[in-house]
Amino acid sequence: MIEEIKKQVRELLTSGTIKGFLGLREIDGHIAPYLFCDAEDMDSMNLGDYKKPGDARYPLNRILIHLLSHYPDEILGVLVRGCDQRGLNGLYSLNQLDPEKVIPVGIPCPPELAEACECSRPYPENRAVDGQAEGYSNQTLARIAGLDIGKRFEYWMNEFARCIKCYGCRDICPMCICRECSLECGDLVGKGDIPPENPIFHLIRAVHMADRCVDCGLCAEACPADIPLRTLYKKVADIVKKEFDFQAGYQPDAKSPLNVLDQ
Amino acid sequence: MDYKTVLTTCTYCGCGCNMYLEVMDGRITGTIPCKTSPINEGKLCIKGWNVHEFVQSPKRLTRPMLRKNGDLTEVTWDEALDFTASRIKSIKEKHGNDSIAFLTSAKVTNEENFLLQKFARAAVGTNNIDHCARL
Repeated sequence: MIEEIKKQVRELLTSGTIKGFLGLREIDGHIAPYLFCDAEDMDSMNLGDYKKPGDARYPLNRILIHLLSHYPDEILGVLVRGCDQRGLNGLYSLNQLDPEKVIPVGIPCPPELAEACECSRPYPENRAVDGQAEGYSNQTLARIAGLDIGKRFEYWMNEFARCIKCYGCRDICPMCICRECSLECGDLVGKGDIPPENPIFHLIRAVHMADRCVDCGLCAEACPADIPLRTLYKKVADIVKKEFDFQAGYQPDAKSPLNVLDQ
Repeated sequence: MDYKTVLTTCTYCGCGCNMYLEVMDGRITGTIPCKTSPINEGKLCIKGWNVHEFVQSPKRLTRPMLRKNGDLTEVTWDEALDFTASRIKSIKEKHGNDSIAFLTSAKVTNEENFLLQKFARAAVGTNNIDHCARL
């Protein structure tokens, strides 16, 4: 699969369709985000697979926003999985990226990764290569939802209690784009205490993720305290899906119902 | 178009978390935890996440400073070292070895920390040495 992707990206680079390709590269035994500007560099490209499929994924869309705000006239390619493509769709509708400046190169996730993520759509709409994992239902969420309300509250409060307020969940998130963050607002979250005021700290972020989270799971992977953030955001996204029939990034042109003033 | 990520090690404490510094047009713009590091496995604390902010801070000291007539004044390394060495010597002679203590740093290498404890124990003759990570 990777050879076919390299070939396609080389063609995009040599034809001048894109100025650079934002992907991942293996270097010195590590996998790192890398901006490929030279087709010859493509040999070292990696899909983010280190010990397990997809265990070395990085917030490429977040870097892409940064790159294109710095070089607004260029067109860049970017490596995308299903979640990243949903992220792009969301970022287009939030006016953070211009679709005319982005050429996504899509790959489907292998079943092992899709199952571990409990991802409902582990592939982008347009793929550079064949192969397609099936979507998985959300067993973890169903299990926690099955607890009675007292136990459920206790479960989450125990998880939140480990928070060291590193802001890693926010800092890694490709969909966190606000210039001013509510989590740093002294009126909402008291300063200087660890763990932060709970559950409000995590619920503020959860509310902001409800119409935005594309379920990439980078937050949970970045959490030093192993708080199951992904499950929390799946829950709030599930509420928005049930109430408004909206899932972030699933329909390319859809606007979030939480941004609409209506009856 | 100049964007790269540079693998480095966090300087804030002795854990040794690995991170990528994002560099655009020669300026450090961000920090990304290294997923393939066996130390931190893609995680960082709040200090590590903000390493990029101090590296290029204009508030960093770039030259030694001496307090002269109550004001901190930039001086040459020679002047700073002469002053420090002569004061350590005179305090040691007047008040004894254990009247002097050393505080070293997490922001330097193991080897530099080794050198400072060697200096404290062998040159000055005291075991009074501690580390900023205990503050």
